[in-house]
Amino acid sequence: MTLLTVIVLGALLICAVATCIAKDLLVSVIIFLAYSLLMSILWILLQSPDLAITEAAVGAGVTGILFFITLKKLHAIKVKNDEEKDR
Amino acid sequence: MKKKIADILRQRFYGDESPLDEDMIASLGEQPQGLTRSSNEALEALEGVRELRVQRAQEQEHEMYRQIHAWSYSSGVKIIQRLYRILSAVTCFGIVMFLLWTVNTLPPFGDPGNPDNNEVAARYVELGPGETGAVNMVTGMILDYRAFDTFGEATVLFTAACSALFLLKLHDHKDGKPTKTWLEAEYDDRFHEPKNDQILQFAAKLLTPVVLLFGFYVVLNGHITPGGGFSGGAIMGAGLILYLNAYGFKKTERFFTYRTFQWVTFAALLSYAGLKSYSFYTGANHLESGVSLGVPGNILSAGFILPLNICVGLVVMCTMYVFYTLIRKGGV
Amino acid sequence: MGDILSLLWTHLDVTVAILLFGIGFTTLLLHHNLIKKIIGLNIMETATFLFLTSQGFIAGRAAPVLAEGAAAAGYVNPIPSGLVLTGIVVSVSVTAVMLALTIRLYRRYHTLDIDSMTLMMKGEDE
Repeated sequence: MTLLTVIVLGALLICAVATCIAKDLLVSVIIFLAYSLLMSILWILLQSPDLAITEAAVGAGVTGILFFITLKKLHAIKVKNDEEKDR
Repeated sequence: MKKKIADILRQRFYGDESPLDEDMIASLGEQPQGLTRSSNEALEALEGVRELRVQRAQEQEHEMYRQIHAWSYSSGVKIIQRLYRILSAVTCFGIVMFLLWTVNTLPPFGDPGNPDNNEVAARYVELGPGETGAVNMVTGMILDYRAFDTFGEATVLFTAACSALFLLKLHDHKDGKPTKTWLEAEYDDRFHEPKNDQILQFAAKLLTPVVLLFGFYVVLNGHITPGGGFSGGAIMGAGLILYLNAYGFKKTERFFTYRTFQWVTFAALLSYAGLKSYSFYTGANHLESGVSLGVPGNILSAGFILPLNICVGLVVMCTMYVFYTLIRKGGV
Repeated sequence: MGDILSLLWTHLDVTVAILLFGIGFTTLLLHHNLIKKIIGLNIMETATFLFLTSQGFIAGRAAPVLAEGAAAAGYVNPIPSGLVLTGIVVSVSVTAVMLALTIRLYRRYHTLDIDSMTLMMKGEDE
């Protein structure tokens, strides 16, 4: 049990709680991405590099993109439209 | 009641012109006392009173139901919600406590003698490189010993993409004309996406080839270094999504359309099934495939693992990209 | 009490996995927002993967990428890694299908709140 493992595990718990209590959906998704990255670090520490690379690509990459585009589709993210201002 | 039955019987037997005496009917009917038998008017009045009473009772009932509905919509929902919250909190707490209690019975952490580090894992590690030719034992395991699982998993991905297609695909053309919803979705997409964003386009120009190359490297080296079809495919899909975000659908439609998705996924799954069919047929036993395993550690080694990795990578790449485009625009 | 705490400390990965499972389950049950529910389910999934992977870990051994001339007893258990690799990819496809369902529900009811959605559904039935 190294110190790094303990720190990563604690950060995981903090990230999970913060994801659940965040009011804004965008903030919540971003914290979830940080959670996935921490998880991939943890898998390096648990000697499973296959899982780490898959989690970094799938969990932190593609899942995050899917969540973002869904939020955008549902108009949960306020889009600042510069073109309208210019007109 | 009897009167009604008599009426019905009379009408059925004799039609409207009834030879039956009014007296007979009256004698069958439940006549209240004090009424003479010729007092049809009184009977009718009684009927009227009864109907009125029934109507009033029905109205009362409706009112009661309305009140119950109103109550359930206002305070009943609140009570149920509070009960649900309390119950679910208690359930979660109970499950966590129960699971923490089971930690008691777990074997020590990281001990080589734990029951799950049994002869199966030892055999995989000892004989794996000789039998599969793969240096990375995880890839050797999931694409050789347990290739049937991985085939099912690729099928799960394909099925998920199909479900998303069912749920989100908009009909783009009807009678040769683009439909209204499709045009609206296209307008919405153009309106919301950054068009000709210089920074994004420059970054995408630099990064997309590197990301795609790295993804392909991860796929090809799946049997030598950590990685493989799943991670490499997801990286390549992310590279495609980055390119799409920077340059829009016009540019990506030159090389990736719905037909591309169909054919690439179909061909990849079919070739996977074809390459491993000999071992599926024999009950997933390990058999000699006839392809030489090569020197473990070389890129052209490990028999069928390299083509299988490429198949899985292609399926994953197409699925990730299609998920994104479906959610964004409702089409590929 | 001290015994239990020291036991939990030696099994820290498992303990954290259980706590994460609880957090995810609580989010899944208690949040009204559909997106938050999906995130909660994802946290539950990763907690399960963490538990599985920690069972295959052997202290002081290397990852199962074989090097030449090394003894076979020098590597961690590759089986949980293979299982979890399958699970991660299945979890992302489950997430994608759930997001697609969410979009369909939003198109119809114009809300992400599960309670008002249920009330609207009841209103449609009557």
